[in-house]
Amino acid sequence: MKLLVCISKTPDTTSKISFDSTGTKFNEEGIQYILNPYDEWYALVRAIELKEKFGGEVHVIHVGGSSSDMVIRKALAIGADAAFRVDIDPKDSFHTATQIANFAKAKDYQVVLLGKETIDHNASEVGPMLAAILDLPFLSYANKLEINDSTATVQIEVEGGVEVVEVQLPIVLSAAKGLAEQRIPNMKGIMDAKKKPLEILQAVECESRIQLVNYILPPAKTQVEMVAPENIDRLVSILRDELKLI
Amino acid sequence: MILVYIEHKAGQVKKVSLEALNLARQMASSEGTSCKAFVVGNDSLSVELGNYGVDEILKLPSADHLSQDQMVEVCSQIMASNNVKYFILGLSTLARSIAGQISIKTQSAMISGITGFRYDAGKGIYRKSVFSGKAFADISSTTKSSVLTVTANCFSAEPVGSQKANETIVELSIPAAKIKIIETKLVQGKTPLTEAAVVVSAGRGMKDPSNWGMIEELADLLGATTACSRPVADVGWRPHHEHVGQTGIAIRPNVYIAIGISGAIQHLAGVNNSRKIIVINKDPEAPFFKAADYGVCGDLFEIIPKLNEALKRLKS
Ligand SMILES: Cc1cc2nc3c(=O)[nH]c(=O)nc-3n(C[C@H](O)[C@H](O)[C@H](O)COP(=O)(O)OP(=O)(O)OC[C@H]3O[C@@H](n4cnc5c(N)ncnc54)[C@H](O)[C@@H]3O)c2cc1C
Repeated sequence: MKLLVCISKTPDTTSKISFDSTGTKFNEEGIQYILNPYDEWYALVRAIELKEKFGGEVHVIHVGGSSSDMVIRKALAIGADAAFRVDIDPKDSFHTATQIANFAKAKDYQVVLLGKETIDHNASEVGPMLAAILDLPFLSYANKLEINDSTATVQIEVEGGVEVVEVQLPIVLSAAKGLAEQRIPNMKGIMDAKKKPLEILQAVECESRIQLVNYILPPAKTQVEMVAPENIDRLVSILRDELKLI
Repeated sequence: MILVYIEHKAGQVKKVSLEALNLARQMASSEGTSCKAFVVGNDSLSVELGNYGVDEILKLPSADHLSQDQMVEVCSQIMASNNVKYFILGLSTLARSIAGQISIKTQSAMISGITGFRYDAGKGIYRKSVFSGKAFADISSTTKSSVLTVTANCFSAEPVGSQKANETIVELSIPAAKIKIIETKLVQGKTPLTEAAVVVSAGRGMKDPSNWGMIEELADLLGATTACSRPVADVGWRPHHEHVGQTGIAIRPNVYIAIGISGAIQHLAGVNNSRKIIVINKDPEAPFFKAADYGVCGDLFEIIPKLNEALKRLKS
């Protein structure tokens, strides 16, 4: 089975977010980048599990400059077999999806996996766009994936519950919590990763369809009103009179 | 023309679709164009949608529930055949899956998770939350048409009029479904977290899963949906779908009540866009107090039962 996992890098979850004086550029100073958790914990690990079950290969693809090689090596250390990097800074979701689709289109991947969102842009856009460019069915927010011959049975998150669906391979699927259990790379994995192939690819031309005007930080909270723990009456009046919950 | 996809169930329009209509109406009146609604199914929504300022309903009658891949096709067709400039959807799990696909099929820009909107020199500027709630980005579209999704609880869902919207039946070709629904398992009763106006959330301070009765009672009294911090879901004290935060569900209710949660940066990332935050924690140094509008520093095992009693007295 040929599997492709799209990986992205994001600022570490503890990062303080700030921007340059024009408000249009993310301030990268002191920022630690990590492999996007949804890509790493769920999409990649489920792909590796499927390979372990059915044989085959897990490839990872990333769109970005050479500063991303660290997170790519981590994916290899966890168990991907080969990596590809399209050497361009992604402009937006459409640009990223176009680059990945251009790579994947003639390669017969049976399942293309990615995390349900990146924890920086939180847009969940690349997956559906990629599926549409490749003209493949898209399964959004999957938390279970089983494969039987050429049929995938997928459990996807919907409001207030889950839906179990069946679809013929090939598919594009976005991974949510539950799809797999996080794996920590071991020493052997880290050593092996250094020898695994990482191929650098040329980007294709693609016009961005959106424009960033600027970033804004949320206004700081005004003073918190502290209520004494004995003062249940005040708490009730906040809920009833100020927040109108009752 | 501006077209809003209306999600509905058993004759009821989803609140986030009504909120999407609010944005659509604002844009339609500024741009001097019409605001129409796209309805798939057999529900009659003329009265309800008329009340929300819809000029016309384009209706694709269908007795069957369409699969997501079929929805992508019919939405793309209707966008193309009506020269739609903006196709707007309330951000639901369906919209999150199909909107990006529609944007590709129609060569449109995609702007997802809109929380605010303004015009600047005649150009629409959309605000959305980025970096897991730690910042916002203002974005504009550079193409002829755009697919937009609107985050829940950001635009008003108040009705604006009392006229009936005309219904026009549209004919679209519905391809065979590629994705077949085998089973739907819904947790009964409560409003889903992403749509909840009030959320009561609890964390490791609860000590034991058997203590959650008081949290559920408080949630019932306030008509709230329950949520939890990540470690609580990880150890199985609460179901995964309650986990909010940077790696869980991101929410922005009107009121978020955090009980026995420290307020770690990854937790705050998913909840700090809530309009008002109440924090109950026994540690005066808990970081959550810095993000709170109201704080109670004390033992939750004393405060919550007393609060529940007071609310019950008030209600009876
Ligand atoms: C990559 C990554 C992603 C993460 N994503 C998330 C996420 O999405 N969501 C999330 O929630 N966390 C996330 N975390 C975990 C996060 O860092 C915190 O560990 C977690 O939020 C803490 O949960 P908690 O507040 O319930 O527990 P604790 O930090 O243990 O806090 C318990 C709180 O309860 C209070 N308390 C105890 N007893 C009482 C009492 N009797 N009365 C009143 N108060 C009491 C304590 O004072 C304390 O503040 C993530 C971490 C990492 C590294």
